[in-house]
Amino acid sequence: MVDLAPVWDWFRRLHETTGINLTIFYDAFDRARFLNGFLTSLRLMIICLIASVVIGVIGAWLQGSRLALPRWLTQAYIQFFRNTPPLVQLYFFYFALGSYLHTTNAMGLQVPIVSGFAWAVIGLSLYAGAFNVEIFRAGIEAVPKETVEAAEALGYSRLRAYVYVILPLAFRISLPALNNNLVNLIKTTTIAYAIAVPEMLYVANQIWSDELNVPEMMNVLLVIYLALVGVLVFVMGRWERALRVPGYTS
Amino acid sequence: MLRRFVVAGLAAAGLMAAANPAAAQTLDKIKKDGVLVVGSKADYKPFGFRNPSGAIVGFEPDLAQDVADRLHVKLQLEPVVASNRMQFLQQGKIDLMIATMNDTPDRRKVVGIVQPDYYASGVNVFLVKKAAVKSWEQLKGQKICAIQGAWYNKDIAEKYGADIVAFKGTAEAETALQQGNCIGMAYDDTYFVDHLNDPKWAAYAMPLESIDVVPWGLAVKLEELNGPWGQFMSATVKDWHKTGKLIALEKKWKIPPSPYLKKMHDEAK
Repeated sequence: MVDLAPVWDWFRRLHETTGINLTIFYDAFDRARFLNGFLTSLRLMIICLIASVVIGVIGAWLQGSRLALPRWLTQAYIQFFRNTPPLVQLYFFYFALGSYLHTTNAMGLQVPIVSGFAWAVIGLSLYAGAFNVEIFRAGIEAVPKETVEAAEALGYSRLRAYVYVILPLAFRISLPALNNNLVNLIKTTTIAYAIAVPEMLYVANQIWSDELNVPEMMNVLLVIYLALVGVLVFVMGRWERALRVPGYTS
Repeated sequence: MLRRFVVAGLAAAGLMAAANPAAAQTLDKIKKDGVLVVGSKADYKPFGFRNPSGAIVGFEPDLAQDVADRLHVKLQLEPVVASNRMQFLQQGKIDLMIATMNDTPDRRKVVGIVQPDYYASGVNVFLVKKAAVKSWEQLKGQKICAIQGAWYNKDIAEKYGADIVAFKGTAEAETALQQGNCIGMAYDDTYFVDHLNDPKWAAYAMPLESIDVVPWGLAVKLEELNGPWGQFMSATVKDWHKTGKLIALEKKWKIPPSPYLKKMHDEAK
């Protein structure tokens, strides 16, 4: 374990000499809660990213179904989640739906079944997922009809054609738009602070209220979000290049 | 990397400072415009809340009205919350802040807290009776609802080990408390006075001693604390204590008599 005490001391001296107050480095309590907030944000982002892509893939498949009911349900889902603000959705989940879902604990107290973090995961995944369905649908529709017919002629079932032929091609077309939506999702995770999920903005807000170092914490937040989105964009960019089929789309 | 980051921080802080116009004389501005803008709570019954017609009324709006009357200007109330009230004052969005703010040394460095203070209260936890909490130490590891930005959240978390679940306003925190997201809600003791006799809150009580009893200060911009505006407000608050205006308003809004106001009134007589 590297001894980081000199680094923390440097930030304490920075505060004493310049007035730049970064308590998240030299104050053990603030450091622990900010790190915890960072990890909570990271966990929230990763789970929601994966869940929303899965929802998008399944939703796009259901949308192409020959049966009316799944098509209708998917459409209703998209309209509901795409056309309402995500903050309102979170409040609705946490305060309205949450009030019906409770159990009684050992002390005889009523406690909710679904935690704030779980509601944030559910809400944000469904929100971003609704956009992903439309993004994948656009990709699927861009796959030439002849290719799909060729797959069918070779004896592929609808599901197998989707998984082995349509989706791999559609995915390549969808990637730039998907990129956009996932970047948006990363930024939208900050609204979880409204339902007291101790993510980064929530923790930073409490720290700047305690230490009155608003400009410093605002800068810290901006730098960290820039870095996190930067990492996502870099990874997605690499993936896009790795998946590129020469001669097929841009 | 580190140095570059610090430089970026400095640059941003400098930009924010530059965006603020040079400190204008607030008192002159109020008289010229004929309007006094006061930042007040709108979710803190009975100190500042909305009546059925939507107007902000209460103990503090009455004080704000008194200031406006003294200046012969119109009063405009601007609803504020704990996490933005000091910024509103610094940015000049409000001329005066009367928003249940505790007078603390840290805050005195940021806004001009007018002396003497006009009220005093402590922090308490409104607890579900079934949890049978009898001491602050029993809060260790328990979820306690609170308001984002409240200064005592850190104290309660650090000293007593409670797990703070903080929301934007009191309505959200109370709903979360009722839904069992936490066993109690930490807030100013004066706020819960209204709840103790309310049948809606029959399952809850305030069994602990209030901690951190601190005075409440109204505030002007830091650089105007010793200017004409700060001095005018200081004289006004002294007059409130002397004439018993604060005690009368306390009665009007059915707030239990505060020992602090009695002491200040007796001293001023």
